[in-house]
Amino acid sequence: MQVSLFITCFNDTLFPRSGQATVELLERLGHQVVFRPEQTCCGQMHVNTGYQREAVPLVRRFVEVFHDAEVVVAPSASCVGLVRDFYGRIAELADDSALAREVAVLQSRVLELTEFLTKLGVEDVGAYFPHRVTYHPTCHSLRVLHLGDAPLRLLRAVRGIEVVPMPDAEQCCGFGGTFAVKNADTSMAMLGDKLRAVAATRAEYVVAADNSCLMHIGGALHRQRAGVRTLHIAEVLARTE
Amino acid sequence: MKPESVLIELQPKFERNAAAALANSQLRRNMGKATQTIRGKRAAVVGELSDWEQLREAGRAIKERTLRHLDEYLLQLEAAVQRAGGQVHWASDAAEARAIVTRLAQAAGTREVIKVKSLTTDEIKLNAALAAAGINAVETDLAELIIQLAGEHSSHILVPAIHKNRAEIRELFMRTLGIAELSDEPRELAAAARAYLRRKFLSVPVAISGANFAVAETGAICVVESEGNGRMCLTLPRVLISVMGIEKVIPRWQDLEVFLQLLPRSSTGERMNPYTSIWTGVAAGDGPQEFHLVLLDNGRTRVLADEVGRQALNCIRCSACLNICPVYERTGGHAYGSVYPGPIGAILTPQLVGVEHASSLPYASSLCGACYEVCPVKINIPEVLVHMRGEAVRQKQDAGGLKAALDPENAAMRALARVFANRSTYEMAQRLARLGQGPLAREGFIEWLPGMLGGWTAMRDMPAVPQESFREWWAREFGSRKTRNVAKNAKRSRESAKVKTRNEAAKTRR
Repeated sequence: MQVSLFITCFNDTLFPRSGQATVELLERLGHQVVFRPEQTCCGQMHVNTGYQREAVPLVRRFVEVFHDAEVVVAPSASCVGLVRDFYGRIAELADDSALAREVAVLQSRVLELTEFLTKLGVEDVGAYFPHRVTYHPTCHSLRVLHLGDAPLRLLRAVRGIEVVPMPDAEQCCGFGGTFAVKNADTSMAMLGDKLRAVAATRAEYVVAADNSCLMHIGGALHRQRAGVRTLHIAEVLARTE
Repeated sequence: MKPESVLIELQPKFERNAAAALANSQLRRNMGKATQTIRGKRAAVVGELSDWEQLREAGRAIKERTLRHLDEYLLQLEAAVQRAGGQVHWASDAAEARAIVTRLAQAAGTREVIKVKSLTTDEIKLNAALAAAGINAVETDLAELIIQLAGEHSSHILVPAIHKNRAEIRELFMRTLGIAELSDEPRELAAAARAYLRRKFLSVPVAISGANFAVAETGAICVVESEGNGRMCLTLPRVLISVMGIEKVIPRWQDLEVFLQLLPRSSTGERMNPYTSIWTGVAAGDGPQEFHLVLLDNGRTRVLADEVGRQALNCIRCSACLNICPVYERTGGHAYGSVYPGPIGAILTPQLVGVEHASSLPYASSLCGACYEVCPVKINIPEVLVHMRGEAVRQKQDAGGLKAALDPENAAMRALARVFANRSTYEMAQRLARLGQGPLAREGFIEWLPGMLGGWTAMRDMPAVPQESFREWWAREFGSRKTRNVAKNAKRSRESAKVKTRNEAAKTRR
């Protein structure tokens, strides 16, 4: 299948390896990957912080860039969640019915990476990762995209891997975009509990479908010199023997 | 409408209040334990019902249909209550409602009233108004009594004293009720309150309640509770005054079937609440001989006018969203500075009082979505939170002036919107970020950031911007072509064939 990659501005700028891993993984599975360099940002930070007027041009841009794509795949549950859950509302806010129609047509073809793979019936992606990992289901993968255990099924099929369940895994890590800065104290209190849960697993890696949450968890693990690293699920699934 | 009625503090600053609450280890322990217990109970009893999702959908549908025709149902309710011998009073705001209730209590010639736990009377600050008129209001719900004796505000919709443990309650009772000997055993604490309250139930002639539901077709009012104090208040006194938000009306008697399943399972984690009192007007020789229903707007019609925000009026005050909320669990209810705390409070309060009076509340959430999942009437709380944030920002921007111009967040967001507006500015910004971080980045991480971003680096390192962005890597690997060439792909296709075979073999095994 020809897959148009929506890399997200966050991964593009801060976590390019996750994007590279996504390309490797999709190609290994026989897909043709397309990257449209006109893409920038889906507008999630603007929408979620309340700057929705400012997000209108970003929604337009996203639709223009991807309108003719067969399928758009992104290594980020929260960006895909925004496109699927909020783009319609933004088009309404802009009072642009043409945009609203285009959004409605495109939305269902925008998929998160593990969602795309499991929808195609893939579970074993032929990866090898001989490490002890724990999986953090990010809020938007769990409660916006309803991915369920799809990412875990992919992880469990990886050879050499040891997947350890995380206590209270479904609890938010406290990132929440600008919440982490605007309500830094509360965010840190939530993160503190997540770090205890991570430590209890004695895993080497915390794996998730969103680098934003991983940057939050990983930023604190690094500060503590905890000896636990964070890794995007695409990077685990891309590794081979 | 004056915002002070719903708000406990004017213009609450959630982030500041939260910081203080988070440092209170007793509060953290009490809240963590209580919310975890109640979450577990709820999950267990909700799991018992195979048609839970259909019930939620029914609850939402009934509420939304009612709100679409609210005017008709309210008039129908008024007529039914009057037919049954009750009197109906309309209050457009808190001040009107306070005046009505005070006048009715004075007319009954009492210096004291007993109260069933009621958020609506908290919302209109009724107790203070009655006190000013020389009338003592006695709260009869155990937790509400604890709060009243402590001179505090409720921190939870359903369990107002959730922030207190039994040792703290023992100390409070000994101090305020003049009890010399008391242990911290729950049974003994309850007995002490019971002895105090019995005297009130048997002597006070006027009771004030809220209402969980009011049935338009029959005029029946419904109050659910756990302790029996409500039943006492609703049956023993001569005069009963019920203050009810206008959104509490439901069309038919039959609709109670849905809500009386949804509410106890969502709130206390019980299959059925211990006491469900339903009365219709006045019955000669049985119960209160004078019944008044006060219908309160106090900002609700304004909420109703907002297409996205109006779903907040579906709320049946179960508090499942508070118990599941990771923010509420850690900060407690007082940080919200409102009669309505937690996720529902964060969307309801700013709508009732005007977002300009409570602009920090829509931001008191990480948008994790857990509240939406448990809401028995399917209020999409994250959606309304984001909508209210939009209102807060629009108001800030449209006010204009120096304040908006100097607001660092506003400036940063607008600048970023321009950066993301096209490819060349975006790519230039990526390069600038890499250059600009120079002195801050050390071995791939940044440990200190200035200004607003300092909230991040207080506890977390930040990854440095890597030397090559994804798009630069793509351009280097594949040139300006959108897709990589076929030759380069040949080896990978062979690998992919292997994987495919493996997947198919796995499927066959299953």
